[in-house]
Amino acid sequence: MVLATNSDSEEHLHSTFASRYVRALCIRFENRFKMPDNSMPKDAAYQVINDELMLDGNPRLNLASFVTTWMEPECDKLIMDSVNKNYVDMDEYPVTTELQNRCVNMIANLFHAPVGEDEAAIGCGTVGSSEAIMLAGLAFKRKWQQRRRAQGLSTDKPNIVTGANVQVCWEKFARYFEVELKEVKLSEDYYVMDPAKAVGMVDENTICVAAILGSTLTGEFEDVKLLNDLLAQKNAETGWETPIHVDAASGGFIAPFLYPDLEWDFRLPWVKSINVSGHKYGLVYAGVGWIVWRTKEDLPEELVFHINYLGADQPTFTLNFSKGSSQIIAQYYQFIRLGFEGYKNIMENCMDNARRLREGIEMTGKFNILSKDIGVPLVAFCLKDSSKHTVFEIAEHLRKFGWIIPAYTMPADAQHIAVLRVVIREDFSRGLADRLITHIIQVLKEIDGLPSRIAHIAAAASVSGGEAKTAKMSLEDITKYWKRLVEHKRNIVC
Amino acid sequence: MVLTRTATESSENVCSTFGSRYVRTTLPKYEIGESSIPKEAAYQIIKDELMLDGNPRLNLASFVTTWMEPECDKLIMDSINKNYVDMDEYPVTTELQNRCVNMIARLFNAPLGETETAVGVGTVGSSEAIMLAGLAFKRNWQNKRKAEGKPYDKPNIVTGANVQVCWEKFARYFEVELKEVKLSEGYYVMDPDKAAEMVDENTICVAAILGSTLNGEFEDVKRLNDLLVKKNAETGWNTPIHVDAASGGFIAPFIYPELEWDFRLPLVKSINVSGHKYGLVYAGIGWVVWRAQADLPDELIFHINYLGADQPTFTLNFSKGSSQIIAQYYQLIRLGFEGYKNVMENCRENMVVLKEGLEKTERFNIVSKDEGVPLVAFSLKDHSFHNEFEISEMLRRFGWIVPAYTMPADAQHITVLRVVIREDFSRTLAERLVADIVKVLHELDTLPSKISRKMGTEGLLGDGKAKKVEREILMEVIVGWRKFVTDRKKMNGVC
Repeated sequence: MVLATNSDSEEHLHSTFASRYVRALCIRFENRFKMPDNSMPKDAAYQVINDELMLDGNPRLNLASFVTTWMEPECDKLIMDSVNKNYVDMDEYPVTTELQNRCVNMIANLFHAPVGEDEAAIGCGTVGSSEAIMLAGLAFKRKWQQRRRAQGLSTDKPNIVTGANVQVCWEKFARYFEVELKEVKLSEDYYVMDPAKAVGMVDENTICVAAILGSTLTGEFEDVKLLNDLLAQKNAETGWETPIHVDAASGGFIAPFLYPDLEWDFRLPWVKSINVSGHKYGLVYAGVGWIVWRTKEDLPEELVFHINYLGADQPTFTLNFSKGSSQIIAQYYQFIRLGFEGYKNIMENCMDNARRLREGIEMTGKFNILSKDIGVPLVAFCLKDSSKHTVFEIAEHLRKFGWIIPAYTMPADAQHIAVLRVVIREDFSRGLADRLITHIIQVLKEIDGLPSRIAHIAAAASVSGGEAKTAKMSLEDITKYWKRLVEHKRNIVC
Repeated sequence: MVLTRTATESSENVCSTFGSRYVRTTLPKYEIGESSIPKEAAYQIIKDELMLDGNPRLNLASFVTTWMEPECDKLIMDSINKNYVDMDEYPVTTELQNRCVNMIARLFNAPLGETETAVGVGTVGSSEAIMLAGLAFKRNWQNKRKAEGKPYDKPNIVTGANVQVCWEKFARYFEVELKEVKLSEGYYVMDPDKAAEMVDENTICVAAILGSTLNGEFEDVKRLNDLLVKKNAETGWNTPIHVDAASGGFIAPFIYPELEWDFRLPLVKSINVSGHKYGLVYAGIGWVVWRAQADLPDELIFHINYLGADQPTFTLNFSKGSSQIIAQYYQLIRLGFEGYKNVMENCRENMVVLKEGLEKTERFNIVSKDEGVPLVAFSLKDHSFHNEFEISEMLRRFGWIVPAYTMPADAQHITVLRVVIREDFSRTLAERLVADIVKVLHELDTLPSKISRKMGTEGLLGDGKAKKVEREILMEVIVGWRKFVTDRKKMNGVC
């Protein structure tokens, strides 16, 4: 007698949440490190993953990031259509390659690169500003080595001069490519690189000075023109020919539209390369950056690889090889869709909303604003009084409403300053700005009602201390504890 | 009196895309245009230009995945605006990456306890993965040499001449000398004996390839390991092995599980694999795993603290999309071991179908092996009238993109055509390809050979000089052809 078992044959009829897959062994927490032995239906796989991902933050409420979180549906469609195109197959996808070249040329022109009418600009698309900066740094390092060898001098101690406010990718570049990082320390109220101090630190082993247009911490633009002029003077005296690189990751797509008279790009003769993130104010999803060099001479030929597919020569100089084409196409879409006026409108809107947010925050009377009016549209603010509560608590409380606002400490020598930072992106409308202000006010009220954590720590310290500590000693303990806690925070978000 | 005006401007936004003025103006190519254009026009114009790109699914040159299930496409689109590096903001995405690393490490038999976390990271591709692995080897070697008080300014790496271009990039960018084991006719991978011989005190590692780009062959990692163990015992240099399993890493565990090539071999310290090849994910994801924490020097790792949580990171790229990581996790749990095994077995079947179809024409030598990456590399038996580049050109007419390459030194006189069998290359397509290749051969047979045309022209241009002997002309042609073929720079730069 055969017993009929129907359970397997009806598998496919079960709705996903009725099926056995949502309680399957393979997706249980204790088995998460091992590849499951069997397959599961695609709808179940989709649902299981989609549901877990619900617990991620909402990208559009992630006010920590400069990186674009919204694009038009037409562009989404183009992105999906090209998701299976491997960008590096230049011979197979010549149009995609051509679109990349057009973007490079458009950006080079935007930055006033001295490119002739029929000349092609020197540059390439990258996965982000990190890769772009590493390529630029490599080019500087190689050029410096060549110059030194020609003069019969040593090439074993290259260094790079930047501000302590640099994004972590410069530190990575320095560590991975064995270049010493000489940082110009910040000070309270001066949160960017001081050009005079920077030039003071330049020596014969300096491969370049890196200035930032749009500091990660406060959005400020560094004074590249002053740096150029001071460096020109020093170069004339020493003959070292130290060049400048501008890290315009954020600012590169803001300055040309809002501050066209600000001289920061190739209009300054010592600026030899510039990087910009397509995925920040280039208004494209994460995964595209751009690097442009002033002229052919600034990119040593020995670093460029020539790939010949079926006869066509294409020079390439990137760290990554295979990658998707979607973001390159999306960047081109934005350039032709928006044009100069479109980008200008968006940046002006962002600045307006930033201003509105700043005013709202100032009106609470509890905050000092650290960000400047000219720069990247963001608002960085710290508490006037940090003795009872801290910005870290405020950030925690705001999470309840869904807002993700990071709190950071400044790098050396301003580590005692902790700030909250809200980045205004294209999709952060006035309505959201007003709502955020309301929530901040609410959080301030809530916190005021809570006992201070610091006082709590003091109480705990005196209890566990055994002997009775004096009030003064408790305060010292608290300050030490607090300093330690604060020092651990690193300010690394791009 | 007011004259009525026709509202030509207000009808702007009711114009159909192809009726609007945007499709008859030249779009700016080298400078950003002054004004905006409607999104429909922008979309249509770009989409139309892109029609002239090759069809990714007919691109038989590439190992990189060109098809995924619609459910996965949906997950990809949903996460396209998530910046992967925001670990604190997207903890689930970060967790998914960690799970993938652990699954892959265990797939490669990394010596890990049940709940121990593997050491590894997701990258944009094998290029980044290899650079990270190389960096780790370089730093470990430098530290060792410094401790011994010996010079550390001349690091080198030993590989076969068949390596993918990213190894050359690594060598050039990170200032490491590349010592290549030359190939020879009939032997197109790295010879373990020759490799072990080339190892010296400055060698930071020996890189073996599981799935050579050119003919899909798996190098004999076990033999390399055994030879190196012996040499290390004699010299005390402790030279480690890295396995570039960009293609083979997601094939060998499923259809050749007994093949020892991974962490089962004690000298293998790190392995990279491309998620976007046989990991069955779209372009943009690779993985690198280290055997143990000791193989990844801590000084290379950056610690990022967001609001208290410590996350160590070691990648060249920073911001990037999360889509491919999520897609990789989808594939790993959706397919599971049996699913991947089924896909790889199908690929191998279809490879055999293609290979047999080509053998039946009796015009080709098959250069690829049966065991290895499912691809078919073949060259013409008779080169006197036509060559592989012509076949490749003519196949384009049918839509197929089949690349022709020359082998690297010392086998540069060998040219091959290569067809990669991916998950979405079904048996029907294989049979159709064979039929089209047969058509192309027929056509070529009727055309005058490019070589004989050259011979003819030579005769015509003989400006009154004595006619050359036929054999001399033939020699000139052969030499000219060889030079033409050798002059083509490195062809095998596609992964």
